[in-house]
Amino acid sequence: MPDAALNLETLTLTAARSAVVDGTTSAAALASAHYERIAAVDPQIHSYLALTRNRALAQAERVDAAAKSGDSTKLGALAGVPIGIKDVLAMSGVPTTAGSKILENYHPPYDATCVAKLEAAGAVLLGKLNCDEFAMGSSNENSAYGPVHNPRALDRVPGGSSGGSAAAVAAGLCVASLGTDTGGSIRQPAAFCGVVGILPTYGRVSRYGLIAFASSLDRVGPFARNVMDAATLLEVLAGPDPMDSTSSAQPVPGYTAGLAKPVAGLRIGIPEEYFGEGLNPEIRAAIEKSLDALKAQGCTLHKISLPHTSYAVPTYYVIATAEASANLSRFDGVRFGYRSPESTTLSAMYRKSRDEGFGPEVKRRILLGTYVLSAGYYDAYYRKAQQVRTLLTRDFLTAFAQVDAIVCPVTPTPAFKLGEKTDDPLQMYLEDIYSVAASLAGICGMSVPCGTTAAGLPIGVQVLGPHFGEATMLRVGAAIESANKV
Amino acid sequence: MSATGVSEADVTHVADLANLELTPAELPRMVRDLNAILGHIAELNGLNTADVPPMAQVSEALGLAPAAAGESLRPDVIKPSLNRVAVMAEAPETDGRFFKVPKVIER
Repeated sequence: MPDAALNLETLTLTAARSAVVDGTTSAAALASAHYERIAAVDPQIHSYLALTRNRALAQAERVDAAAKSGDSTKLGALAGVPIGIKDVLAMSGVPTTAGSKILENYHPPYDATCVAKLEAAGAVLLGKLNCDEFAMGSSNENSAYGPVHNPRALDRVPGGSSGGSAAAVAAGLCVASLGTDTGGSIRQPAAFCGVVGILPTYGRVSRYGLIAFASSLDRVGPFARNVMDAATLLEVLAGPDPMDSTSSAQPVPGYTAGLAKPVAGLRIGIPEEYFGEGLNPEIRAAIEKSLDALKAQGCTLHKISLPHTSYAVPTYYVIATAEASANLSRFDGVRFGYRSPESTTLSAMYRKSRDEGFGPEVKRRILLGTYVLSAGYYDAYYRKAQQVRTLLTRDFLTAFAQVDAIVCPVTPTPAFKLGEKTDDPLQMYLEDIYSVAASLAGICGMSVPCGTTAAGLPIGVQVLGPHFGEATMLRVGAAIESANKV
Repeated sequence: MSATGVSEADVTHVADLANLELTPAELPRMVRDLNAILGHIAELNGLNTADVPPMAQVSEALGLAPAAAGESLRPDVIKPSLNRVAVMAEAPETDGRFFKVPKVIER
């Protein structure tokens, strides 16, 4: 039995690993305790789409045997730590749906690299986490399997698209999780659910085994209950992968070791465009408190400008949908996934399978993406958006010549109610206003809890760092976190 | 970018290109949504980008060495691929060796 002192809602990765390594609990007991809690709590949250109990318990046994042998070299950085995986990442033989009906019965024949890396470090993978279909959404309401509920307020969305990944960590249904972020899909749900979420630099973490949405934007990153835990996961995940030619050979620094370094002297940029009209006053106040805390720890604060910010959302919805329309052409009813029973001809097979298999938001984005790439519109939309992407990236390169990190809100509002924005896709897209610019520029970012609204809804603060500047970004995140604990 | 937006015929044409078959019920809503989104996207026209190079991916903006920028290609050596049995098990229709699809050419 796990030690009664292990409260699954607050258990940190560091504490979980220690308890397994020193024998206070076992990896098997820890996994079982999580499965019991999932059975009791998840019917209200709906964060898991599939549980991988056999695989988890087999892994837990291996970890426990290594712990008993007393050979600490066999115990990885995540030994015995129960982790959930967003359902857009392949796990061999395990249902991997991407939240879509079109992949309802799909069992990938291989593991994503990030999944393999977690298990090699001793992690116990509990199951697959709910998300917006093909990671397209900001509320998790686009999942073909039903929405996730925010554990902090069940009538509200957990954010999206990695809503299940954020909610499961917030609800004590795993110690940490993996999500993916194309336009804010890690940072926004982290903010809505009150957990830490990291968007690593483009190329920092392998995407082999990630079901592609927009390949020039997609990234894999961790969710955890604190910055140290998230940094531990990033250290495991980061690095080049021969199976992903877009992964970077840039050396991986010791993120966890670097966290202790004081932030005094760091220059923090405050982008005026992120504090304009439409920002919820309680979020503004919480971010300002975080900035005060950084100042108190010796950081210098600098007003900066990211002048093209207002163009980020339209740019993103051209580029992301164009890439999605190409990536999702692979779902054709031929090699895997759903094939319509009405596939009387080859052409009918393509059309019916895709029409019956994809949900409305995915169709909307495929149509938009096909439109902006179609003859006569390519230059006006796609090329134009690529040019604005250059300007948005230059904004950040200029800013990071003057400051070490940028601090700003993640979202304009706290978690909204389920159903509140489903009727108006444009309103939903505008939710991404503070997150998509960093996605387009390829820089790293994170969301750190920094308070709650009067109604008790979590507030996240966004820390942005330059390309491959995770180490400094994490230090700033940890400094904000420590100030909030006092 | 046309100020008049997209019509039902435009959306049907694009759906055709994307191999999507929209039901009559889906079409009007799709036209409404696409016009709203395209209207927002039209704001990009307010920017003069005449001398700005397009950016397809992040490494172009960084000027990093190819490997560090994430353009590393693995050595071109023969290695085993995925197991055919496991791959074919996922196919909607297969004879074990090939993917089967409905007849393409009528005779």
